[in-house]
Amino acid sequence: MLLLAGSVPVKDLPLLIGPIEITPHGIKMDGHVLEVNRGNEAMMTAAALICKEYKLDKPVGMVAGDTGNRAGSEAIYKYLAKNLPDMGADVVTLHYVMPDINLNKKVLATIDTMEKKPVMIADAGTMYVAKAGGDASYYDVFTPDIGEMAFLADDKADHPAFTRGFIFDLEEDVPALIEKAYAANNVPATMFVKGATDYICLNGEIVETISEPCVETMEPIGGTGDLITGMISALIYAGKSPLDACRIAGRVNRQAGVLSQPTPATQIEEILQFLPQALHEVLEQLG
Amino acid sequence: MKWFGKKKNKEIDNTALESVTKGLLVFAHPTTVISVEEILKDEGYSIRVVSPPPSYRTGCDLSVEFPLEFEAEISALLNSVGMTPLDVVPITSKGMEPLHFVRKKEFNGQYLMIRAANMKMTVDKISGKIVNISGGGCPDVPYMATEMIGQRLTDVLSPGEVGYSLCAYSLNTSYEELVKELGA
Repeated sequence: MLLLAGSVPVKDLPLLIGPIEITPHGIKMDGHVLEVNRGNEAMMTAAALICKEYKLDKPVGMVAGDTGNRAGSEAIYKYLAKNLPDMGADVVTLHYVMPDINLNKKVLATIDTMEKKPVMIADAGTMYVAKAGGDASYYDVFTPDIGEMAFLADDKADHPAFTRGFIFDLEEDVPALIEKAYAANNVPATMFVKGATDYICLNGEIVETISEPCVETMEPIGGTGDLITGMISALIYAGKSPLDACRIAGRVNRQAGVLSQPTPATQIEEILQFLPQALHEVLEQLG
Repeated sequence: MKWFGKKKNKEIDNTALESVTKGLLVFAHPTTVISVEEILKDEGYSIRVVSPPPSYRTGCDLSVEFPLEFEAEISALLNSVGMTPLDVVPITSKGMEPLHFVRKKEFNGQYLMIRAANMKMTVDKISGKIVNISGGGCPDVPYMATEMIGQRLTDVLSPGEVGYSLCAYSLNTSYEELVKELGA
């Protein structure tokens, strides 16, 4: 089972758990329809679309409403800490949550008790809290953007907002940031660094870069990174290695950008609808 | 905004004693610190916004470093405006300051994107409307996007007023820079 968890910006929405169904009005789970804006809903939609293309069972979503007051995030951490071993998850992706080092460590302590550890993917708040707590080694894949890469390279920062200026200035030298992050054990074995050039890394080495096709107007669009994380999750669930999942997802994201011809004002739903076509085209190109 | 008559010369001269003369005001949400920072700076206090000590860190926190000798009057001031800190603690080392550098990028001469740390905000310079918000990982980022996209920069509540997290704090830096660039 592919489990995708994170908060959604709906006030007082209780914890929902259930298979993710794509509807014309958004994603449906546990009897609720959630509008696809960005964040977890975009990530979950991307994963659900890829699972459908590979004829896999629907991914299971776990969401709770959180607009910043931590309540939904705490509900997710606590449920995972108590129930994850019984959920039968093969791949777990944790995404937008309010970083809470102590609660995240409780989830990780639960994972320590599992006979078969799931493949663990982290982005957004979960990636921040994993790094801040010194727990990156529990995960298999991180998917930072350039700003987050600088944070991962800074062993003193607890959050991207605290990245020190001299490291922020290194952003033009992404390989140097990657080297620093691996040297400080702040990242897991596999990492996909999202940017004008995407860097795919394994065990400290940059094994591939993707820079074409380049759709510059995708950079301001909220949610493009979420699509990549969702696709990597589904592709790993489909049996691809983390490295191959990154290789495919990076290309599909760019191809979806080509197909949707976005402006900086485009919203992520407009790109999402091109993912299946983009996947077919990329798989054909890759043979 | 001036909350009380401005006071002068509140810095402590003896830097040799600095390590034992500073305190931290700890708050529940990083964005509360934006308001506290404004109030205390307006009152003439020498303060810095910094990360809290390790025992207070959850992974998304911000606090205010202040001269400890003014603890009583600062506490009274914050109590009077309903911004009582969760805790006030003396400190012996300096906390890290949040990043205030920004990067700017234009698209087709029509759109201006400004990024602070991990947070980007993009505005259509013709309509003055916020067209996208990108980056971040705290739960209030999607919420702020829902509340702010499609609104004019001049009409919208700032991320400091809408959000709670350090991502909101960084997005507020982007927002303030956009206001500076494009005019309020």
